[in-house]
Amino acid sequence: MQLRFLVPVLTFVAIAVVMWYALFNLNPTEIPSELVSKAAPEFSLEAVPGYGPGLAKSDLATGKVVLLNVFASWCVACMVEHPFFMELREQDTVDIYGLNYKDTPTAAAEWLQRHGNPYKRTGMDLKGRVGIDFGVYGVPETFVIGPDGTILDKVIGPLTRPMFEMRLRPLLKGAES
Amino acid sequence: MIAEIGQFVVILALITAIFQGTVPMLGAGQGSQPMMGFASNAALVQFVALTIAFICLTVGYVTSDFSILNVASNSHSLKPMLYKVSGVWGNHEGSLLLWAWILALFGLAVALFGRNLPDTLKARVLAVQGLIGVGFLMFILFTSNPFERLDPVPLDGNGLNPLLQDPGLAFHPPFLYLGYVGLSVTFSFAIAALIEGRVDPAWARWVRPWTLAAWGFLTIGIALGSWWAYYELGWGGWWFWDPVENASFMPWLAATALLHSAIVVEKRDALKNWTILLAIIAFSLSLLGTFLVRSGVLNSVHAFATDPARGVFILIFLIVVIGGSLLLYGIRAPMMKGGGLFAPISREGALVLNNLLLSTATATILLGTLYPIFLDAFTGAKVSVGPPFFEATFLPLAIPLIIVMAFGPFMPWKRADLAGILARLKFALFLALLFVGIIMWWRFDTPVMALVGMGLFGWLLFGSFFEWADRIKLFRGPLSKSWKRMIQLPRSAHGMTVAHIGVALVILGITASEAWQSEHLGVMTPGETVTVGGYEFRFDGVETLAGPNYEADRGTFLATRNGGSGVFLYPEQRRYTDPPMETTEAAIRPMLSADLYVVVGESDGQGGHAVRIYHKPFVSWIWIGSLVMFMGGLLSLSDRRLRLGAPRGARNQTPRTPEMSEAKG
Repeated sequence: MQLRFLVPVLTFVAIAVVMWYALFNLNPTEIPSELVSKAAPEFSLEAVPGYGPGLAKSDLATGKVVLLNVFASWCVACMVEHPFFMELREQDTVDIYGLNYKDTPTAAAEWLQRHGNPYKRTGMDLKGRVGIDFGVYGVPETFVIGPDGTILDKVIGPLTRPMFEMRLRPLLKGAES
Repeated sequence: MIAEIGQFVVILALITAIFQGTVPMLGAGQGSQPMMGFASNAALVQFVALTIAFICLTVGYVTSDFSILNVASNSHSLKPMLYKVSGVWGNHEGSLLLWAWILALFGLAVALFGRNLPDTLKARVLAVQGLIGVGFLMFILFTSNPFERLDPVPLDGNGLNPLLQDPGLAFHPPFLYLGYVGLSVTFSFAIAALIEGRVDPAWARWVRPWTLAAWGFLTIGIALGSWWAYYELGWGGWWFWDPVENASFMPWLAATALLHSAIVVEKRDALKNWTILLAIIAFSLSLLGTFLVRSGVLNSVHAFATDPARGVFILIFLIVVIGGSLLLYGIRAPMMKGGGLFAPISREGALVLNNLLLSTATATILLGTLYPIFLDAFTGAKVSVGPPFFEATFLPLAIPLIIVMAFGPFMPWKRADLAGILARLKFALFLALLFVGIIMWWRFDTPVMALVGMGLFGWLLFGSFFEWADRIKLFRGPLSKSWKRMIQLPRSAHGMTVAHIGVALVILGITASEAWQSEHLGVMTPGETVTVGGYEFRFDGVETLAGPNYEADRGTFLATRNGGSGVFLYPEQRRYTDPPMETTEAAIRPMLSADLYVVVGESDGQGGHAVRIYHKPFVSWIWIGSLVMFMGGLLSLSDRRLRLGAPRGARNQTPRTPEMSEAKG
């Protein structure tokens, strides 16, 4: 038997082993547990041109519960959740901060101009470094930040009204009382 | 009752599939004629059973029978009929049933059209098809039963995601599945060949039509998906490198490579092991495409609901099918005799280069899609791989591929004279450069990548045309002679030219729409006009209308050019009630030279509305080009030599000798 003919099956076995491990031990919809109830990582970013004075870690500790939404102009799912964020902003339900992820300043600014700006402040994470510190897996993701700047929860994928009501509303209420 | 019938016939299909997967396989080993003959009958029974099952589920949807869990969670009595029907496959369970049904359809097609296949090969191919069916039907019955009942019966259903209520998306999955499942036939042929230990030019000729058909369906399926993204997501993009899109693009690339490598097997009796491996990989990627997003391993926006039990089943299924077939390959392939070596500068050399580039591109996309899982598993770090990665890696592979695409067809088999080919292509090169020159003169600020894109478009278009003209000796003799040569040229040759020109047109569409798009974004009040891309757009206001299951704000725009009569455009913002969701319906005026694309957005509360107006030059050529590629595939498929279903009598009339000499050739 010539070994080179076994290369494909061995490659597949390697992929299968990792996928098997991933299926049981990793959850793409869950935050790495070590980040929950810890302080948000240190960062300081410039704003999307024309959209606020920039965003840093200190801006997140506001004394109330806020959302940090990771978005990008190239992200389809961000389009899906965007109208809901606009609604939240209009109703003044919660302050939302925008972390623009692996985007270009012009594309991000155009995107916000096109679809409206639901964010109180924005920051551009051009290289995705801050995203790595936050454990961003994909876009969109939404972090719930407590009054003192700790991460309370994270939602992966587009945020919907039912998800907001079920998962995030109690967190908002909990902080009020 | 209807659900119970559906349930029953699926079980019947599973039992038939188990026998179809085993009896003919044993029969082929023992040389038992009746056992091998059983395969065709089993394929017929499977097809009939699954057709009944599919009809049962469709009836459930059409009559809004909410006692069926699947219908209740995915349909709604107010939904228009088209989307009630497309709702059948718009969910996890139903789409699997569609998959299984198409698998049975292809099995039947092999049984019917494979009359001139050797008995053992046909029996083994159908047996492998049966075994794949066993996996799918077990998956349906044990983890994803579409016929499960619901008690108590709800008053109305949950509805279908309004983004999916769209004609483009209604027909996108069936085409995609026809492509995915079509590759199962190629896969079965590969496995049968490995078992028999024999691959020859005849095998390649039998496999080719199935690959062509699958490739054509995939082309249409992917094009429909991107078309949907273009007009439904409302911001003019058409490809996002999302895991689901990648999952359909990878089998397409592998099938494209397979189409080309099978030619080498057919003509030169070489590259056999590689072709077998490609056939296995192409179908494996299809399975990955069907399953990856359902397994819970990868997260995607388009993902169906995931369930851990399904994930385990899926992985076991993938391991058995992919791992098993690759292991079989590892054991049997070394025994297969390969053809002779060949010169790098030759038709087969060019085809090998094509295969190298295509498979590298496939591997790159696979890497980008799976990388997040790997990194997470090994380091715990979570990353996302976005369009920047894919664009940076895919383009450098696509550019040389397109350059070679114009060269390859000029090259004769065995040994080519590069200088001679360059001499014949210099006119195409000249025209391509002239074309780039004209564009630079027209717009000096054109980005470099746009010039490269337009150059490649010209190169491939003129190169393909000259190759075709060369074959029929156009303008090098009386036109009547050229006409006669054109008639005599095999349809597969015409097909190749057409498909390659299709690729050129897609490049035109991509490049021009990216480079010269003009747009207007902002608030407009009724009566206001703006000029975008040479068109004047007058905004006439917004009115509220009621649709069958939604309410819409419809804007009216009049687009005119140079004071002509103009066209009205009606973009909508829809609010669906079940489930509550808003969608954007862009109004698009497609034209050959450009698309006018208008979206109306929120009101600013002072009588104005946010609008986006785009002028996208040549963007429709992306889809026209895809359609041309598909037509090329059809043309090639209609080639007389490939028509497996041709009755024996007709086949015998086909002169065998020219074909043989061509094969040696």
